[in-house]
Amino acid sequence: MIHNLVKISAVIICSIGLSACGQKTPGAYGEMGDVIGAKTGDISDPTSLAYFQQTIGDRVLFTVNESTLGQDAIDVLDGQANWLIQNTQYGVTVEGHADEQGTREYNLALGARRASAVQNYLVSRGIADNRVNTLTYGKERPIEICSTEVCWSQNRRAVTVVNTNLGS
Amino acid sequence: MIKYCITYLCAALAVTTLMFSDAMAQTKPLRIEITQGVIEPMPFAAPVFVAENAAARKYAQELTSVLAADLVGTGLFREIPNAAHISKVTNFNAPVQFADWKAINAQALITGAVHVSGSKLIVKFRLFDVFSQTALGDGLQFVATTNSMRRMSHKVADAVYSRLTGETGYFDSRVVYIAEEGPKNNRQKRLALMDYDGANVRYLTDTSSIVLSPRFSPNAREIIYTSYETGSPRVFLMNVDTLKRRILGDQPAMAFAPRFSPDGAKVVMSLSERGNADIYMVEVATGQKKRLTSSPAIDTAPSFSPDGSKIVFESDRSGGQQIYVMSVKGGSAKRISSGGGRYGTPVWSPRGDMIAFTKLNKGRFHIGVMRTDGSREKLLTASFLDEGPTWSPNGRVLMFFRETAGANGAPSIYSVDVTGRNLRKVKTPTFGSDPAWSKLLN
Repeated sequence: MIHNLVKISAVIICSIGLSACGQKTPGAYGEMGDVIGAKTGDISDPTSLAYFQQTIGDRVLFTVNESTLGQDAIDVLDGQANWLIQNTQYGVTVEGHADEQGTREYNLALGARRASAVQNYLVSRGIADNRVNTLTYGKERPIEICSTEVCWSQNRRAVTVVNTNLGS
Repeated sequence: MIKYCITYLCAALAVTTLMFSDAMAQTKPLRIEITQGVIEPMPFAAPVFVAENAAARKYAQELTSVLAADLVGTGLFREIPNAAHISKVTNFNAPVQFADWKAINAQALITGAVHVSGSKLIVKFRLFDVFSQTALGDGLQFVATTNSMRRMSHKVADAVYSRLTGETGYFDSRVVYIAEEGPKNNRQKRLALMDYDGANVRYLTDTSSIVLSPRFSPNAREIIYTSYETGSPRVFLMNVDTLKRRILGDQPAMAFAPRFSPDGAKVVMSLSERGNADIYMVEVATGQKKRLTSSPAIDTAPSFSPDGSKIVFESDRSGGQQIYVMSVKGGSAKRISSGGGRYGTPVWSPRGDMIAFTKLNKGRFHIGVMRTDGSREKLLTASFLDEGPTWSPNGRVLMFFRETAGANGAPSIYSVDVTGRNLRKVKTPTFGSDPAWSKLLN
C-alpha cells in the first residue's frame, strides 16, 4: 500500500515587536538601597541623618535564617527609637536583606520578616505604626561581596532608612 | 493571517508528493530509550539540506546545523560529520544509498530540502532507519517566513526526536530569564526572552528596576514576574508582543513568586504582610484574590500540578524550608520532603510524575527531583549555588541557574537531564538567572 500522507504545518511567526528599551545610567542602585543621596548633615548635629546613620547606627544584623533581635540589635534600635521620638518630622523605611546562601523567594520572605521584626520593635518603643514602613530586598542587594561568613554576616541585615521626602 | 495559512496549506498540498512505500512495513522501529539515561548516543547523519533554488542556498547550511545541534544537545544522539559521508544528497527525491550510510555506521539518516518563494521558506525532510532501510514516519513539510528559519529547524528536530524516542520534543520553545550585568554589589537586571538554545535574545525591560522570577503563561504570550518598579516588590503581568504590563490585581503588600495555573486563568503567588508570607490565588481576568495558606511561617514558591488540582510549595513551618503539597483550594498541606537539609523552589513536572526542587545541604546547593509523594529523591547537580529548576516542555530536561562563589561570582543558565546526565551551559550574552521554560510553541 502506498502511504503518501503528507503532513503539512504552516508556521507563522509574528516577530515580537520590541521598542528599544531606554538604557538608564544606573545610580548606586535602581531603588532606594542603602545609599542615601540626600544631604545627611553634620555628624555633630544630633538631629542630622549622619548622626542617625553613623552615631546611632542605621542597621542591625541577624544570624542565618533568623529574624530575632539580639542584644546588640536592641541597643541600636533603642537609639533609633529615641531619635525618632526627638525628630518627629521623619518616617522610616526598614529594608530587610538576606545573604546569598538561600533561594530567591525564601530570601525575599526572610528579608520581609527581618524588616518586620525591626518595625515591631520600633513600634513597641512608641513610634507610630504609620511612621515605619518595611521593604524586602532578599538577596538582591549585598553590600559585601565575598562568599564567606565575613561578608554574609554583614549582608543579613535590616537597614533603617530615614525618609526625607515626607509629605511630598 | 488565517487566510494566509490556508492559502499556503492548499498550495503546498498541490505541489508536494512524498511517497514512502515501506513506511508501514516497519516492524521494529529504530528507538532510543531516554528514561534511564543514555550512555551510548545514537549516531545519525544529517547531510546539508538540498537547496532547491538559488535563494534557498543561504538557509540550507544553517538550517541543517541548527537541527543537528538540537539533537546532539540532548546527549542522546551523535552526529557523523559531513566529511565522513560517502554519499552526497543532491536530490531530495532520489533513492537513498543505504549501503553508504550503513558503511559509516549512521543508524538514522535525516534528509531534507529547502525552497524559498518570496519571503516564504519551505522545508521538507525525511527520516530513515539506515539498518532496516526504511523511512521512519512520513515526510513532513513546514512553511514559514524566512526570518523563522531557526524555528523550522527546531520543528524538524522535534519531529525527529519524537520519532526516535517516542516522546514529544522540546526544541521549538522559548525561555524567559533575568539578564544580569554589572558587579555583584551593583547588579543590573533585565527581563529577557530567548529561544531554548540561547538564540534570539530580546530584552523586555530596562535596568531601572529589579526584576525577578519571570514565568510564562501556558500559551507563552504573557509573562508574570516580580518587579520593584513601584519601589517595592509587586507581581506584574506583561504581554510579550506589546510589552504592555500591569500589576495583577490588588496587592496591598509585598508580592513575589508568581506562577500561572495550567489553564492560564489564575496565578498563585506569595504576599508578605507584617513579615508573614502566605500563598494567594489571583484570578487573572478579575484580580479576585483567595488566600490559600495562613500559617505564621514563610509559605512561598507555589507551583500547580499539571491537572490543576494541587499546589506544591515550600514552607518553614516545621523549622527549615521543606516541600509541601496541598489542594488547589488550600487547607491542610502534606509535607513530602524528608531528607537532610533544606528544600525550596518546588516545580511540578509537566508529565505530572515528578517534582524538581533546589536543595541546600551542608553549604552546597543541588537541583534534584523526587516523586510527587516525596519518594525516590535524586540529586542531579551540586555546586556552590544551583537554584531555580524549570522543566522542558516534555518533562525530560531541567534548566536552572548556577552562581559562582566569590567577589566576582555571577550566575549562568544550565540544563541537565532528569537522569543527571548531559549538564550543559546555555550561552547567553550576559549573566543569566531565573530561567523559565515555555511549552512547545504552536
